[in-house]
Amino acid sequence: MFTWLPAVLTLAATAAIAWPLAWYMQLVLSPTKSNSLIERWNHCLSLTLGNRSHENPEKWGSYCRSMLAFNYLTFAIAFLVLTFQHYLPLNPDNKTGLEPSLAFHTAISFVTNTNLQHYSGEVSMSYLSQLTLMWLQFISAATGIAVLVALARLMSGAKSIGNFYHDVATVSILILLPLSFLLSIPLVLSGVPMTMAGSVEVQTLEGATQTIARGPVAAFVAIKQLGTNGGGFFGPNSAHPFENPTYWTNLLSNASILLIPMACVWLFGRITQRMRHAHIVFIVMMLLLISFTVYATVCEKQPTRGLDNLPIATSSNLEGKELRFGPDAAPFWAVSTTSTSNGSVNAMHDSLNPLTSIAPLTGMWLNVEFGGVGVGMLNMFLFIVLAVFLAGMMVGRTPEYLSRKIEAHEMKLALLTILSHPLFILGGIAIFASTPWGRDTLSNPGSHGLSQIIYEFSSAAANNGSGFEGLGDNTPPWNIFTGIIMLFARFIPIIAPLAIAGSLSSKRLIPEGAGTFRTDSWMFGIILLGTILIVGALLFLPLAVLGPIAEHLQAVQ
Amino acid sequence: MLQEIFHSARVIALTMGVCGFAYTSLTLTSALLVAPQKRLGSLVYNQQGIPIGSLLIAQNFTRSEYLWPRPSAVDYNAAAAGGSNLSPTNVKIRERSEEILRRFKLTSETKMPADLVTTSGSGLDPHITLEAALLQADRIAKARQVETTAIQTKLHTFAQQQKQKRLDMNDLINVLEFNLLLDNELKWVEPK
Repeated sequence: MFTWLPAVLTLAATAAIAWPLAWYMQLVLSPTKSNSLIERWNHCLSLTLGNRSHENPEKWGSYCRSMLAFNYLTFAIAFLVLTFQHYLPLNPDNKTGLEPSLAFHTAISFVTNTNLQHYSGEVSMSYLSQLTLMWLQFISAATGIAVLVALARLMSGAKSIGNFYHDVATVSILILLPLSFLLSIPLVLSGVPMTMAGSVEVQTLEGATQTIARGPVAAFVAIKQLGTNGGGFFGPNSAHPFENPTYWTNLLSNASILLIPMACVWLFGRITQRMRHAHIVFIVMMLLLISFTVYATVCEKQPTRGLDNLPIATSSNLEGKELRFGPDAAPFWAVSTTSTSNGSVNAMHDSLNPLTSIAPLTGMWLNVEFGGVGVGMLNMFLFIVLAVFLAGMMVGRTPEYLSRKIEAHEMKLALLTILSHPLFILGGIAIFASTPWGRDTLSNPGSHGLSQIIYEFSSAAANNGSGFEGLGDNTPPWNIFTGIIMLFARFIPIIAPLAIAGSLSSKRLIPEGAGTFRTDSWMFGIILLGTILIVGALLFLPLAVLGPIAEHLQAVQ
Repeated sequence: MLQEIFHSARVIALTMGVCGFAYTSLTLTSALLVAPQKRLGSLVYNQQGIPIGSLLIAQNFTRSEYLWPRPSAVDYNAAAAGGSNLSPTNVKIRERSEEILRRFKLTSETKMPADLVTTSGSGLDPHITLEAALLQADRIAKARQVETTAIQTKLHTFAQQQKQKRLDMNDLINVLEFNLLLDNELKWVEPK
């Protein structure tokens, strides 16, 4: 009975809030008119951050250099805090320092906005480490948005690309911080803990002792959802009652996963002053998101196969699900979290029905159905360039995007970046599926074991962070290998679009005429959708067949 | 490059101060004001003031006079939560379910609700469905020497109240809360 209604309403409400949010983000990041409050903020920031004024015209190369230096330094800090947490304060439960390969993996994971976790928060982390990771969730999200804004400025023909440090601080403090605080209040009211006290020991009714871990969870969860980070305070992430205690926090969290990625599309349209183009892109993304959600919901309604022929009442697959979120909450969340590179989960993806798991996998393979904050639109930018090129080739004209010619240099960059994604996934799977590095860490037999490896590499390469958590992934080969993949998979698709935009913006503007292929038409939307699906399907379909589909066709084993 | 590092350090200091320290303090203070008890983990205490559990976290019940929760892949360990992460096609799910079915000793015509044989994502799901609770009414009634219908009525009213409290549409029973209610209202025969 109307079980689809919550998902539909959530999507509609999120889009409705994303619209004014995009307006606000443009106001603070790239205002068209001068605003005295924003000018005062910029002035204060220049004073705090040093002599390099935000008005200096900068090249895309120096913007990138600042971004890399900043990320490198944050990685170093995170690595040190995690390794030496036992010497640092705020450690009420006496956690020991992390083993170096795990600290390496975790630091990269949070710096790259992936938040793939090879540890359980409540088992391994002191509160200082958790708060450091929380801080990283702010600035890694801010990095993505800052780069998108820089790209949009270039494409709009602005004289200055802006200052990276300035942008990152503005996004963290003026956008992410107020939203996170607003979200943390209903979370606290619903029962998400917010305390610096250590875990509590209780005497259960039957006389046993139960240790209940807690901490500053509400603050952590709020930014985890909003910044498409997805790193959980506790091991089971948003399936844990302390991260997601009610039906309503679940819907609210799901909405906040999608909020900023949606706003980013319109932000791009606003800054480049191509709102119709942004609408078309938005609709393409929304179509993909909705179709995956419908597909996953239908598949997940099938009962757990392992229970066939037992005297058990028919129900949807309840393995790995929490009851309080209602029957269809898990597939909607699974699609939202993987389509946006968030990676928090409200049900265990390892226990999804085999066919259902194709939806989250596809979300990560395409990585553009809104995508991560900022970076989703950057990925989409590459697909747009590709689609415009294909359309141009079909009619035999030089392709143009936003009044600029797309030529060999831009196409090389775009294609190499799009192809690097499957290279990381397929290459990694090939190595780990053929060696004990991967094979010895599987927890499920047969094709599902392969799916576990497929999922882990897809998640690392998409900077997603969810996982088939049965995989015993806290080993040095997994930590180091996926760590390096996350690093490349994060920064190549950030730098390449900037380079393309840098090269495009130095070209002469061509006035749009009757022969111009319009990027704000329905035809463009269809070509874009086709490009995404064909590239995704061709590259990844064999994986879906070998993993989930093969498992579906097998009997219970 | 040195200059970049220097600039980065200033942004790091600023964001650490504002998004790390100030944000945490602000949320902590607000939590103190709006939910001074809940923020500690929704704990419940007995008359001596000793915490006996959290209303959001499942704890294990095995005695026949209590309602039993869903199975847990981590044995209700609230300091290392997690799911089974078994594929739905994994035979271990079947083995676990057969074991649980034996424990419940069902008559041939009743069917087991699926939530009682599947583990939750966190292993700490505090709820079971109303059907799963009604299935246990007979056992609880025997142990507490009351009519089965008394327990059934209690469960129905309780589910209704909880639904209104949570403002959602799911017929769920919070296991710990209901067991506390049972202990308050009904005596039971101490097991030997």
